[in-house]
Amino acid sequence: MTFQQLVFFLFAAVTTLSALRVITVRNPVHAALFLVLTFFSCAALWMLLEAEFLAIALVLVYVGAVMVLFLFVVMMLDINIARLREGFAGYLPVGALVALIMVSEMVLVIVSGAFDTGAPEPAPATYSNTEALGEVLYTDYVYQFEIAAVILLVAIVAAIALTLRRRTRTKYQNPAQQVSVDRDDRVRLVKMKPEERD
Amino acid sequence: MRNGWLQPIADAVKLLFKEIIVPTNASRTLFFIAPMLSLAPALAAWAVMPFADGMVLADINAGLLYILALTSMGVYGVIIAGWASNSKYALLGAMRSAAQIVAYEIAMGFALVGVLMAAGSLNLGDIVRAQQGAWTTGWFVWPLIGLFLVYIISGVAETNRSPFDVAEGESEIVAGFHVEYSGMAFAVFFLAEYANMILISALTALLFMGGWLSIFPQSWAQTPYIGWLIGDGIHWFLLKTTFFMFNFLWFRATFPRYRYDQIMRLGWKVLIPVTLVWIFAEAAAIALGWKPWLS
Repeated sequence: MTFQQLVFFLFAAVTTLSALRVITVRNPVHAALFLVLTFFSCAALWMLLEAEFLAIALVLVYVGAVMVLFLFVVMMLDINIARLREGFAGYLPVGALVALIMVSEMVLVIVSGAFDTGAPEPAPATYSNTEALGEVLYTDYVYQFEIAAVILLVAIVAAIALTLRRRTRTKYQNPAQQVSVDRDDRVRLVKMKPEERD
Repeated sequence: MRNGWLQPIADAVKLLFKEIIVPTNASRTLFFIAPMLSLAPALAAWAVMPFADGMVLADINAGLLYILALTSMGVYGVIIAGWASNSKYALLGAMRSAAQIVAYEIAMGFALVGVLMAAGSLNLGDIVRAQQGAWTTGWFVWPLIGLFLVYIISGVAETNRSPFDVAEGESEIVAGFHVEYSGMAFAVFFLAEYANMILISALTALLFMGGWLSIFPQSWAQTPYIGWLIGDGIHWFLLKTTFFMFNFLWFRATFPRYRYDQIMRLGWKVLIPVTLVWIFAEAAAIALGWKPWLS
Protein backbone atom coordinates (compact mmCIF):
# COMPACT_ATOMS: atom_id res chain seq x y z
CA MET A 1 0.00 0.00 0.00
CA THR A 2 1.43 3.35 -0.99
CA PHE A 3 1.37 6.38 1.26
CA GLN A 4 -1.34 8.00 -0.88
CA GLN A 5 -3.58 4.98 -0.48
CA LEU A 6 -3.05 5.07 3.27
CA VAL A 7 -4.06 8.74 3.36
CA PHE A 8 -7.06 7.99 1.16
CA PHE A 9 -8.34 5.23 3.42
CA LEU A 10 -7.79 7.36 6.50
CA PHE A 11 -9.79 10.28 5.18
CA ALA A 12 -12.41 8.03 3.59
CA ALA A 13 -12.95 6.36 6.95
CA VAL A 14 -13.22 9.71 8.73
CA THR A 15 -15.68 10.97 6.09
CA THR A 16 -17.93 7.93 6.38
CA LEU A 17 -17.85 7.75 10.15
CA SER A 18 -18.51 11.44 10.69
CA ALA A 19 -21.31 11.39 8.09
CA LEU A 20 -22.83 8.52 10.05
CA ARG A 21 -22.49 10.47 13.28
CA VAL A 22 -24.31 13.46 11.74
CA ILE A 23 -27.54 11.46 11.68
CA THR A 24 -27.02 9.36 14.83
CA VAL A 25 -25.76 11.91 17.33
CA ARG A 26 -28.37 13.32 19.73
CA ASN A 27 -27.30 16.93 20.01
CA PRO A 28 -27.97 19.10 16.91
CA VAL A 29 -24.86 21.23 17.56
CA HIS A 30 -22.70 18.11 17.63
CA ALA A 31 -24.39 16.96 14.42
CA ALA A 32 -23.52 20.26 12.71
CA LEU A 33 -19.91 19.95 13.88
CA PHE A 34 -19.70 16.40 12.54
CA LEU A 35 -20.98 17.74 9.22
CA VAL A 36 -18.09 20.21 9.29
CA LEU A 37 -15.70 17.31 9.82
CA THR A 38 -17.30 15.45 6.90
CA PHE A 39 -16.82 18.44 4.60
CA PHE A 40 -13.24 18.86 5.71
CA SER A 41 -12.22 15.26 5.11
CA CYS A 42 -14.07 15.34 1.76
CA ALA A 43 -11.89 18.32 0.85
CA ALA A 44 -8.82 16.28 1.79
CA LEU A 45 -10.02 13.49 -0.53
CA TRP A 46 -10.44 15.96 -3.40
CA MET A 47 -6.95 17.23 -2.69
CA LEU A 48 -5.68 13.68 -3.27
CA LEU A 49 -7.31 13.86 -6.73
CA GLU A 50 -5.23 16.99 -7.43
CA ALA A 51 -8.42 19.05 -7.49
CA GLU A 52 -6.95 21.64 -5.16
CA PHE A 53 -9.19 24.50 -6.25
CA LEU A 54 -12.39 22.56 -5.57
CA ALA A 55 -11.02 21.25 -2.27
CA ILE A 56 -10.09 24.68 -0.97
CA ALA A 57 -13.33 26.20 -2.27
CA LEU A 58 -15.24 23.51 -0.36
CA VAL A 59 -13.47 24.47 2.85
CA LEU A 60 -13.81 28.19 2.15
CA VAL A 61 -17.50 28.18 1.20
CA TYR A 62 -19.04 25.33 3.14
CA VAL A 63 -16.83 25.10 6.23
CA GLY A 64 -15.93 28.77 6.46
CA ALA A 65 -19.26 30.38 5.66
CA VAL A 66 -22.29 28.09 5.27
CA MET A 67 -21.69 25.91 8.30
CA VAL A 68 -20.79 28.89 10.49
CA LEU A 69 -24.20 30.43 9.78
CA PHE A 70 -25.83 27.03 10.20
CA LEU A 71 -24.19 26.53 13.58
CA PHE A 72 -25.14 30.07 14.49
CA VAL A 73 -28.82 29.27 13.96
CA VAL A 74 -28.71 25.80 15.54
CA MET A 75 -27.10 27.19 18.70
CA MET A 76 -29.92 29.71 19.10
CA LEU A 77 -32.66 27.12 18.76
CA ASP A 78 -34.02 25.40 21.80
CA ILE A 79 -34.63 21.99 20.29
CA ASN A 80 -36.46 19.37 22.28
CA ILE A 81 -34.80 16.17 21.11
CA ALA A 82 -37.28 13.82 22.79
CA ARG A 83 -40.17 15.34 20.89
CA LEU A 84 -38.23 15.25 17.63
CA ARG A 85 -37.69 11.52 18.03
CA GLU A 86 -41.33 10.74 18.75
CA GLY A 87 -42.37 9.76 15.22
CA PHE A 88 -39.23 7.75 14.53
CA ALA A 89 -40.93 4.32 14.34
CA GLY A 90 -43.77 5.67 12.22
CA TYR A 91 -41.45 7.16 9.60
CA LEU A 92 -39.13 4.14 9.55
CA PRO A 93 -40.80 2.22 6.66
CA VAL A 94 -40.87 5.30 4.40
CA GLY A 95 -37.26 6.15 5.25
CA ALA A 96 -36.13 2.57 4.67
CA LEU A 97 -37.89 2.53 1.29
CA VAL A 98 -36.21 5.78 0.18
CA ALA A 99 -32.82 4.49 1.36
CA LEU A 100 -33.35 1.21 -0.49
CA ILE A 101 -34.23 3.00 -3.75
CA MET A 102 -31.20 5.27 -3.47
CA VAL A 103 -28.82 2.41 -2.74
CA SER A 104 -30.12 0.34 -5.67
CA GLU A 105 -29.82 3.34 -8.00
CA MET A 106 -26.23 3.92 -6.95
CA VAL A 107 -25.40 0.23 -7.37
CA LEU A 108 -26.93 0.25 -10.86
CA VAL A 109 -24.85 3.26 -11.89
CA ILE A 110 -21.62 1.80 -10.53
CA VAL A 111 -22.21 -1.65 -12.04
CA SER A 112 -23.01 -0.14 -15.46
CA GLY A 113 -19.31 0.75 -15.84
CA ALA A 114 -19.85 4.44 -16.57
CA PHE A 115 -17.09 5.26 -14.09
CA ASP A 116 -14.53 2.77 -15.45
CA THR A 117 -12.50 5.42 -17.22
CA GLY A 118 -9.22 4.25 -15.73
CA ALA A 119 -6.82 6.43 -13.79
CA PRO A 120 -6.24 9.86 -15.38
CA GLU A 121 -2.73 10.74 -16.46
CA PRO A 122 -0.88 12.78 -13.85
CA ALA A 123 -0.92 16.47 -14.78
CA PRO A 124 2.38 18.22 -15.54
CA ALA A 125 3.94 20.25 -12.74
CA THR A 126 3.04 23.60 -14.31
CA TYR A 127 -0.65 22.71 -14.64
CA SER A 128 -2.82 25.05 -12.61
CA ASN A 129 -6.21 23.81 -11.59
CA THR A 130 -7.53 27.29 -10.88
CA GLU A 131 -6.47 28.60 -14.27
CA ALA A 132 -8.01 25.66 -16.13
CA LEU A 133 -11.32 26.03 -14.29
CA GLY A 134 -11.41 29.76 -14.84
CA GLU A 135 -10.73 29.39 -18.54
CA VAL A 136 -13.56 26.90 -19.00
CA LEU A 137 -16.01 28.88 -16.88
CA TYR A 138 -15.39 32.23 -18.53
CA THR A 139 -15.04 31.14 -22.17
CA ASP A 140 -16.96 27.96 -23.02
CA TYR A 141 -19.63 28.18 -20.34
CA VAL A 142 -19.80 31.92 -19.74
CA TYR A 143 -23.55 32.24 -20.38
CA GLN A 144 -24.49 29.31 -18.16
CA PHE A 145 -22.19 30.67 -15.48
CA GLU A 146 -23.67 34.15 -15.63
CA ILE A 147 -27.23 32.79 -15.66
CA ALA A 148 -26.46 30.78 -12.52
CA ALA A 149 -25.13 33.95 -10.91
CA VAL A 150 -28.27 35.90 -11.82
CA ILE A 151 -30.49 33.14 -10.44
CA LEU A 152 -28.57 33.30 -7.16
CA LEU A 153 -28.99 37.08 -7.13
CA VAL A 154 -32.75 36.68 -7.60
CA ALA A 155 -32.77 34.22 -4.70
CA ILE A 156 -30.93 36.74 -2.50
CA VAL A 157 -33.35 39.53 -3.39
CA ALA A 158 -36.34 37.26 -2.80
CA ALA A 159 -35.05 36.08 0.58
CA ILE A 160 -34.40 39.63 1.74
CA ALA A 161 -37.76 40.86 0.44
CA LEU A 162 -39.53 38.07 2.30
CA THR A 163 -37.81 38.60 5.65
CA LEU A 164 -37.16 42.34 5.76
CA ARG A 165 -39.86 44.17 7.65
CA ARG A 166 -39.84 47.48 9.38
CA ARG A 167 -40.89 46.88 12.96
CA THR A 168 -42.56 49.92 14.43
CA ARG A 169 -41.84 49.48 18.11
CA THR A 170 -38.09 48.89 17.97
CA LYS A 171 -35.63 51.71 18.46
CA TYR A 172 -33.93 52.54 15.24
CA GLN A 173 -31.14 54.94 14.38
CA ASN A 174 -30.58 56.79 11.16
CA PRO A 175 -26.78 57.17 10.84
CA ALA A 176 -27.04 59.84 8.13
CA GLN A 177 -29.16 61.95 10.45
CA GLN A 178 -26.78 61.37 13.34
CA VAL A 179 -23.78 62.44 11.31
CA SER A 180 -25.39 65.57 9.88
CA VAL A 181 -26.33 66.96 13.27
CA ASP A 182 -25.26 70.55 13.93
CA ARG A 183 -24.42 72.09 17.22
CA ASP A 184 -27.34 74.47 16.75
CA ASP A 185 -29.82 71.57 16.64
CA ARG A 186 -28.76 70.38 20.05
CA VAL A 187 -27.81 73.41 22.12
CA ARG A 188 -29.13 76.95 22.13
CA LEU A 189 -26.84 79.37 23.89
CA VAL A 190 -28.76 82.27 25.31
CA LYS A 191 -27.14 85.50 26.32
CA MET A 192 -28.59 86.97 29.48
CA LYS A 193 -27.66 89.52 32.01
CA PRO A 194 -26.52 88.39 35.43
CA GLU A 195 -29.37 88.74 37.89
CA GLU A 196 -29.17 91.20 40.71
CA ARG A 197 -28.80 89.74 44.14
CA ASP A 198 -31.63 90.80 46.42
CA MET B 1 14.99 40.95 40.44
CA ARG B 2 16.51 44.07 39.01
CA ASN B 3 14.30 45.98 36.54
CA GLY B 4 11.62 43.32 36.85
CA TRP B 5 12.63 41.41 33.72
CA LEU B 6 11.60 38.11 35.28
CA GLN B 7 7.99 39.27 35.59
CA PRO B 8 6.82 38.32 32.03
CA ILE B 9 8.46 34.91 32.40
CA ALA B 10 6.81 34.40 35.78
CA ASP B 11 3.46 35.34 34.20
CA ALA B 12 3.86 32.74 31.48
CA VAL B 13 4.87 30.03 33.96
CA LYS B 14 1.94 30.98 36.17
CA LEU B 15 -0.47 30.55 33.24
CA LEU B 16 1.01 27.13 32.49
CA PHE B 17 0.52 25.85 36.03
CA LYS B 18 -2.85 27.35 36.89
CA GLU B 19 -5.79 25.06 37.29
CA ILE B 20 -8.15 24.73 34.33
CA ILE B 21 -11.71 24.94 35.59
CA VAL B 22 -14.44 23.30 33.52
CA PRO B 23 -17.90 24.75 34.21
CA THR B 24 -20.66 22.39 35.29
CA ASN B 25 -22.76 21.17 32.35
CA ALA B 26 -20.10 22.35 29.93
CA SER B 27 -19.56 20.16 26.90
CA ARG B 28 -16.19 18.84 28.04
CA THR B 29 -14.64 17.67 24.76
CA LEU B 30 -15.68 20.75 22.82
CA PHE B 31 -14.56 22.95 25.70
CA PHE B 32 -10.99 21.74 25.23
CA ILE B 33 -11.08 21.49 21.42
CA ALA B 34 -12.12 25.16 21.03
CA PRO B 35 -8.83 26.85 21.97
CA MET B 36 -6.88 24.46 19.75
CA LEU B 37 -9.23 25.17 16.85
CA SER B 38 -8.57 28.86 17.15
CA LEU B 39 -4.79 28.53 17.30
CA ALA B 40 -4.17 25.80 14.70
CA PRO B 41 -5.40 27.62 11.53
CA ALA B 42 -3.36 30.71 12.38
CA LEU B 43 -0.21 28.58 12.58
CA ALA B 44 -1.01 26.35 9.59
CA ALA B 45 -1.39 29.39 7.31
CA TRP B 46 2.36 30.10 7.66
CA ALA B 47 3.11 27.07 5.47
CA VAL B 48 2.64 29.07 2.26
CA MET B 49 4.17 32.34 3.49
CA PRO B 50 7.28 33.37 1.51
CA PHE B 51 9.76 35.09 3.84
CA ALA B 52 12.20 35.90 1.05
CA ASP B 53 12.63 34.92 -2.59
CA GLY B 54 12.31 31.11 -2.55
CA MET B 55 12.28 30.93 1.26
CA VAL B 56 8.89 29.22 1.57
CA LEU B 57 7.80 25.92 3.07
CA ALA B 58 5.15 24.95 0.49
CA ASP B 59 5.27 26.83 -2.81
CA ILE B 60 1.74 25.97 -3.94
CA ASN B 61 -0.22 27.56 -6.75
CA ALA B 62 -3.38 28.22 -4.76
CA GLY B 63 -1.54 29.85 -1.84
CA LEU B 64 -3.87 32.80 -1.39
CA LEU B 65 -6.96 30.57 -1.53
CA TYR B 66 -5.39 28.29 1.07
CA ILE B 67 -4.86 31.24 3.39
CA LEU B 68 -8.43 32.46 2.87
CA ALA B 69 -9.79 28.98 3.64
CA LEU B 70 -7.69 28.58 6.78
CA THR B 71 -8.38 32.03 8.21
CA SER B 72 -12.10 31.42 7.71
CA MET B 73 -11.76 28.37 9.98
CA GLY B 74 -10.58 30.43 12.95
CA VAL B 75 -14.12 31.47 13.83
CA TYR B 76 -14.95 27.90 14.91
CA GLY B 77 -12.76 28.23 17.97
CA VAL B 78 -14.76 31.25 19.11
CA ILE B 79 -18.20 29.79 18.36
CA ILE B 80 -17.47 26.41 19.94
CA ALA B 81 -15.92 28.05 23.01
CA GLY B 82 -19.00 30.20 23.46
CA TRP B 83 -21.40 27.32 23.12
CA ALA B 84 -19.45 24.69 25.07
CA SER B 85 -18.94 26.97 28.09
CA ASN B 86 -22.66 26.82 28.94
CA SER B 87 -22.63 30.45 29.97
CA LYS B 88 -24.78 33.27 28.66
CA TYR B 89 -21.97 35.80 28.42
CA ALA B 90 -19.84 33.36 26.48
CA LEU B 91 -22.69 32.58 24.09
CA LEU B 92 -23.40 36.28 23.54
CA GLY B 93 -19.74 36.92 22.80
CA ALA B 94 -19.63 34.00 20.38
CA MET B 95 -22.74 35.25 18.55
CA ARG B 96 -21.34 38.74 18.19
CA SER B 97 -18.00 37.54 17.00
CA ALA B 98 -19.42 35.01 14.53
CA ALA B 99 -21.66 37.62 12.88
CA GLN B 100 -18.80 40.10 12.76
CA ILE B 101 -16.24 37.70 11.33
CA VAL B 102 -18.62 36.41 8.65
CA ALA B 103 -19.44 40.01 7.63
CA TYR B 104 -15.85 41.22 7.42
CA GLU B 105 -14.59 38.09 5.72
CA ILE B 106 -16.51 39.11 2.61
CA ALA B 107 -14.85 42.53 2.43
CA MET B 108 -11.49 40.91 3.12
CA GLY B 109 -11.98 38.32 0.38
CA PHE B 110 -12.94 41.00 -2.12
CA ALA B 111 -9.84 43.02 -1.24
CA LEU B 112 -7.77 39.90 -1.95
CA VAL B 113 -9.59 39.44 -5.28
CA GLY B 114 -8.29 42.88 -6.26
CA VAL B 115 -4.74 41.84 -5.39
CA LEU B 116 -4.84 38.62 -7.37
CA MET B 117 -6.31 40.44 -10.36
CA ALA B 118 -3.40 42.87 -10.27
CA ALA B 119 -0.82 40.10 -9.83
CA GLY B 120 -2.46 37.56 -12.14
CA SER B 121 -1.58 34.74 -9.75
CA LEU B 122 -2.69 33.05 -6.56
CA ASN B 123 0.85 32.12 -5.56
CA LEU B 124 2.09 34.44 -2.81
CA GLY B 125 5.65 34.44 -4.16
CA ASP B 126 4.43 35.45 -7.62
CA ILE B 127 2.27 38.19 -6.08
CA VAL B 128 5.36 39.71 -4.46
CA ARG B 129 7.41 39.31 -7.65
CA ALA B 130 4.66 41.15 -9.57
CA GLN B 131 5.34 44.19 -7.35
CA GLN B 132 8.95 44.56 -8.45
CA GLY B 133 10.17 48.00 -9.48
CA ALA B 134 10.47 51.19 -7.49
CA TRP B 135 8.35 51.15 -4.33
CA THR B 136 6.52 54.30 -5.42
CA THR B 137 5.25 52.64 -8.59
CA GLY B 138 5.52 48.89 -8.22
CA TRP B 139 3.84 48.12 -4.92
CA PHE B 140 0.13 47.34 -5.05
CA VAL B 141 -0.63 49.70 -2.19
CA TRP B 142 -0.79 52.68 -4.57
CA PRO B 143 -3.12 51.49 -7.35
CA LEU B 144 -5.17 49.51 -4.80
CA ILE B 145 -5.13 52.00 -1.95
CA GLY B 146 -8.87 51.64 -1.31
CA LEU B 147 -8.61 47.87 -1.11
CA PHE B 148 -5.54 48.25 1.12
CA LEU B 149 -7.50 50.35 3.62
CA VAL B 150 -10.44 47.94 3.48
CA TYR B 151 -8.07 45.03 4.04
CA ILE B 152 -6.45 46.64 7.09
CA ILE B 153 -9.80 47.59 8.63
CA SER B 154 -11.32 44.16 8.08
CA GLY B 155 -8.09 42.55 9.26
CA VAL B 156 -8.45 44.33 12.58
CA ALA B 157 -12.11 43.29 12.72
CA GLU B 158 -11.28 39.66 11.80
CA THR B 159 -8.85 39.34 14.69
CA ASN B 160 -11.40 40.81 17.12
CA ARG B 161 -8.99 43.55 18.08
CA SER B 162 -9.88 46.99 19.35
CA PRO B 163 -11.79 49.06 18.12
CA PHE B 164 -13.79 46.04 16.88
CA ASP B 165 -13.45 43.93 20.04
CA VAL B 166 -17.14 43.65 20.89
CA ALA B 167 -16.65 39.88 21.15
CA GLU B 168 -14.77 40.54 24.37
CA GLY B 169 -16.51 43.75 25.43
CA GLU B 170 -15.38 43.53 29.04
CA SER B 171 -17.68 46.36 30.10
CA GLU B 172 -20.81 44.67 28.67
CA ILE B 173 -20.28 40.91 28.57
CA VAL B 174 -17.31 40.53 30.94
CA ALA B 175 -14.84 38.94 28.51
CA GLY B 176 -17.07 37.39 25.89
CA PHE B 177 -16.43 33.93 24.55
CA HIS B 178 -13.47 33.08 26.84
CA VAL B 179 -15.00 34.19 30.12
CA GLU B 180 -15.12 30.60 31.46
CA TYR B 181 -11.56 29.71 30.49
CA SER B 182 -8.65 29.70 32.87
CA GLY B 183 -5.04 28.64 32.95
CA MET B 184 -3.42 27.38 29.78
CA ALA B 185 -6.72 27.08 27.86
CA PHE B 186 -7.18 30.82 28.32
CA ALA B 187 -3.57 31.45 27.33
CA VAL B 188 -4.06 29.51 24.09
CA PHE B 189 -6.89 31.89 23.14
CA PHE B 190 -4.59 34.82 23.69
CA LEU B 191 -1.80 33.16 21.71
CA ALA B 192 -4.28 32.60 18.89
CA GLU B 193 -5.29 36.26 18.89
CA TYR B 194 -1.68 37.39 18.64
CA ALA B 195 -0.84 34.70 16.08
CA ASN B 196 -3.72 35.98 13.96
CA MET B 197 -2.47 39.55 14.32
CA ILE B 198 1.00 38.58 13.15
CA LEU B 199 -0.50 36.59 10.27
CA ILE B 200 -2.64 39.52 9.07
CA SER B 201 0.33 41.90 9.37
CA ALA B 202 2.56 39.57 7.37
CA LEU B 203 -0.13 39.15 4.72
CA THR B 204 -0.58 42.90 4.39
CA ALA B 205 3.16 43.27 3.94
CA LEU B 206 3.21 40.55 1.27
CA LEU B 207 0.12 41.55 -0.68
CA PHE B 208 0.34 45.32 -0.68
CA MET B 209 3.82 46.40 0.44
CA GLY B 210 6.02 44.15 -1.68
CA GLY B 211 7.01 41.57 0.95
CA TRP B 212 10.76 41.08 0.89
CA LEU B 213 11.39 43.81 -1.74
CA SER B 214 13.63 46.68 -0.74
CA ILE B 215 12.61 50.33 -0.97
CA PHE B 216 15.96 51.24 -2.51
CA PRO B 217 16.76 50.91 -6.25
CA GLN B 218 18.05 47.52 -7.38
CA SER B 219 21.46 48.94 -8.38
CA TRP B 220 22.27 50.08 -4.83
CA ALA B 221 22.42 46.44 -3.71
CA GLN B 222 25.93 46.27 -5.24
CA THR B 223 27.30 48.65 -2.59
CA PRO B 224 30.20 46.98 -0.75
CA TYR B 225 29.64 45.84 2.88
CA ILE B 226 26.10 47.17 3.34
CA GLY B 227 24.71 45.94 0.01
CA TRP B 228 22.89 43.00 1.63
CA LEU B 229 21.14 45.42 3.94
CA ILE B 230 20.01 47.69 1.11
CA GLY B 231 19.03 44.88 -1.27
CA ASP B 232 15.97 42.64 -1.07
CA GLY B 233 15.78 40.15 1.77
CA ILE B 234 13.91 38.74 4.71
CA HIS B 235 14.74 41.78 6.87
CA TRP B 236 12.49 43.99 4.73
CA PHE B 237 9.63 41.54 5.15
CA LEU B 238 10.11 41.45 8.91
CA LEU B 239 10.38 45.24 9.08
CA LYS B 240 7.09 45.76 7.20
CA THR B 241 5.34 43.07 9.26
CA THR B 242 6.53 44.72 12.47
CA PHE B 243 5.20 48.06 11.27
CA PHE B 244 1.67 46.64 10.84
CA MET B 245 1.88 44.82 14.16
CA PHE B 246 2.76 48.14 15.76
CA ASN B 247 -0.34 49.60 14.09
CA PHE B 248 -2.53 47.00 15.81
CA LEU B 249 -1.32 48.12 19.22
CA TRP B 250 -1.54 51.76 18.20
CA PHE B 251 -5.21 51.39 17.17
CA ARG B 252 -5.96 49.73 20.47
CA ALA B 253 -4.55 52.62 22.43
CA THR B 254 -6.16 55.27 20.24
CA PHE B 255 -9.74 54.42 19.30
CA PRO B 256 -12.77 53.84 21.50
CA ARG B 257 -14.77 50.67 20.89
CA TYR B 258 -17.36 50.71 18.11
CA ARG B 259 -21.02 50.21 18.87
CA TYR B 260 -22.25 46.86 17.54
CA ASP B 261 -24.70 48.21 14.94
CA GLN B 262 -22.02 50.60 13.72
CA ILE B 263 -19.67 47.67 13.14
CA MET B 264 -22.28 45.86 11.07
CA ARG B 265 -23.10 48.99 9.11
CA LEU B 266 -19.44 49.67 8.36
CA GLY B 267 -18.87 46.10 7.18
CA TRP B 268 -21.92 45.62 4.98
CA LYS B 269 -22.78 49.11 3.81
CA VAL B 270 -19.40 50.80 3.48
CA LEU B 271 -16.55 48.34 3.02
CA ILE B 272 -18.26 45.81 0.71
CA PRO B 273 -19.61 48.45 -1.75
CA VAL B 274 -16.18 50.14 -1.82
CA THR B 275 -14.47 46.86 -2.73
CA LEU B 276 -17.09 46.03 -5.38
CA VAL B 277 -16.66 49.37 -7.15
CA TRP B 278 -12.88 49.20 -6.84
CA ILE B 279 -12.73 45.71 -8.35
CA PHE B 280 -14.97 46.79 -11.23
CA ALA B 281 -12.80 49.85 -11.94
CA GLU B 282 -9.66 47.72 -11.70
CA ALA B 283 -11.07 45.15 -14.13
CA ALA B 284 -11.90 47.96 -16.57
CA ALA B 285 -8.36 49.35 -16.21
CA ILE B 286 -6.83 45.92 -16.90
CA ALA B 287 -9.13 45.38 -19.90
CA LEU B 288 -8.07 48.78 -21.30
CA GLY B 289 -4.42 47.80 -20.95
CA TRP B 290 -3.43 50.22 -18.17
CA LYS B 291 -1.90 47.34 -16.21
CA PRO B 292 1.45 48.78 -15.11
CA TRP B 293 -0.53 51.60 -13.54
CA LEU B 294 2.02 54.19 -12.54
CA SER B 295 5.33 53.20 -14.05
